[in-house]
Amino acid sequence: MSAAEPGPRVSRRFRLQWEEAQNAWVLLYPEGMVKLNQSAGEILRRCDGSRTEAAIVAELEDAFGASGLADDVANFLAMARAQQWIET
Amino acid sequence: MSGPNAAPQPGPPLWLLAELTYRCPLHCAFCYNPVDFATSGPELSTDDWLRVLREARAAGSVQCGFSGGEPMQRDDLEVLVAEAHRLGFYTNLLTSGVGLTPERAAALKAAGLDHIQLSFQDSTRELNDFLSHTRTFDLKQRVAAMIKDNGWPMVMNCVIHRLNIDYIDRIIEMAVELGAEYLELANNQYYSWALLNRDQLLPTREQLERAERITNEYREKYGDRIRIFFVVPDYYETRPKKCMNGWGNVFLTVTPDGTALPCHTAKMLPGLAFPNVREMGVREIWYESEGFNRYRGDGWMKEPCRTCPEKEKDLGGCRCQAWMLAGDPAAADPVCDKSPAHHLVTEALARAERGEGTAMPLVFRDPAASRRLAAGEG
Ligand code: SF4
Ligand code: SF4
Repeated sequence: MSAAEPGPRVSRRFRLQWEEAQNAWVLLYPEGMVKLNQSAGEILRRCDGSRTEAAIVAELEDAFGASGLADDVANFLAMARAQQWIET
Repeated sequence: MSGPNAAPQPGPPLWLLAELTYRCPLHCAFCYNPVDFATSGPELSTDDWLRVLREARAAGSVQCGFSGGEPMQRDDLEVLVAEAHRLGFYTNLLTSGVGLTPERAAALKAAGLDHIQLSFQDSTRELNDFLSHTRTFDLKQRVAAMIKDNGWPMVMNCVIHRLNIDYIDRIIEMAVELGAEYLELANNQYYSWALLNRDQLLPTREQLERAERITNEYREKYGDRIRIFFVVPDYYETRPKKCMNGWGNVFLTVTPDGTALPCHTAKMLPGLAFPNVREMGVREIWYESEGFNRYRGDGWMKEPCRTCPEKEKDLGGCRCQAWMLAGDPAAADPVCDKSPAHHLVTEALARAERGEGTAMPLVFRDPAASRRLAAGEG
C-alpha cells in the first residue's frame, strides 16, 4: 500500500470480480480462484485502499442495518492478510 | 433429473482450456498432446475461437488458459486474449516461450493478459537440449526477463522425470535466480508421449524421495520468496487423484480442431462421441452432450468403486488411465491399490527400480512420429 492510502487494498496478485454465474464475488489469481461467501465479498469489495478499516465497518453496518461488526471485520481482515489477499 | 444414479446438475465450466494449436517447435518426449496429433483436422479459425470464448463466458467460465502445442504459433493470439480479457476472463498463457518476442509480450500485455506460465524442460543446457531436442535454454532466460519487465507474476513449471530429477536442486536454484514467485515441479504423468517413454521417464522411489527431501530443504531456505509445488507422480500413490476435479465438473478443454473434452486426453476413450464447437454451443455441450455426461457423478461406477466408502474423494480416479492400463474406461483407476489391475502399476515401478527399458531410445514428439503412430506402425 502506498503511504497515501489509509486502508487495506486487494493485493495486486489477485483480482476481485463479481461472477453472475456463481452469484458470488471471487478472487482470481494465476490458474486459480477463491469463491467468497457473501460477507467476505462485501468486505473485500470495499478494500480499495481509500477506506480505513473503521470506515469499512461503518459502511457495512449501514448497508446491512447491523451493529457490532467490528470484530468480524477485524478477524476477516487478519485472515485475508495472512492469505496475502490484501495489502496493508 | 431423477433416479438414484442421476448425477446432480453440474456447476458452470469454470475453467476453459483453449488448445489453440498442436503446432510446436519443440519435441518433448513427455508431451501431453495425443500421439496422433498430426492427423487432427484443421484448426479453428479466429472467429470460431471468438465465439467459443463468448459462449463459454456466458456459460460461467472465468479462468481461461491458452495452450497448445505452442500457442505463440497462432498469430491471432493477441486478438483472442483481448477478447477474453474484455469478456472478464482471467487470462493465462501456457508457453515454452518460443516465439515470445518483446514486441509480442508488449502486445499481450496491452491486450490484458493476466499471467504467463513458462515451462522449462530443465536447468542445464545439455539436458534441456536433449529433452526438448532444440536449443531453448538461453531463450527461456530472455523470456523470464520479459515476464518480469511486463509486471506479470513469474510462474514457472518444470516437468520432472527420471532423467532430470537428480538435478532438482539446480532447477530450483535457476528458478530463484530468474525471480520465479511460483515454481511447479510437476512429476510426469504417464499419458500420450510420456506413456510411450514410460520406462525411460519413470523415476525410482529413491530418486523421488531424494527430490522431495531436497525440495523441502529449499522451501525452508527460501520461505515466502518462492512457493514451490511438488506434484508426486500418481504411480507412487495408492489412491488415485480426483482427476480434473471430477469429470465434467469444472474443466472444459477445446482442442485445436474444435473437439470439446472434459480433459485434454479424453479423446482416447472408446465408445464415446465428443461434440465439436463448430456444431454445438458451449452450454449445450456442457449440460446436454453424452460425452460430458457419461462419467459425471458416480452412476457409471463398477466395483470396487461402486461400494467404496472413499468414492466421493477421488471419484474413481482418471478415466483415461483406467482405459490405458485396465482396458476399461469405467474401471477403477489402476493407481488405486483396490483395483484388480493395480499390479500393472507396481510392475511398472518394479521395472523402474531395475532400470529395465531405460536403454531404449526415447520417442520424441514430432509430426512424422505421430503419423507413424496414428497408422499403428509403432
Ligand atoms: S510438451 Fe513440449 S512438445 Fe509438447 S506442446 Fe509442450 S512444448 Fe511442445
Ligand atoms: S476403489 Fe475406486 S473409489 Fe475407492 S479409492 Fe479406489 S479408485 Fe477410489
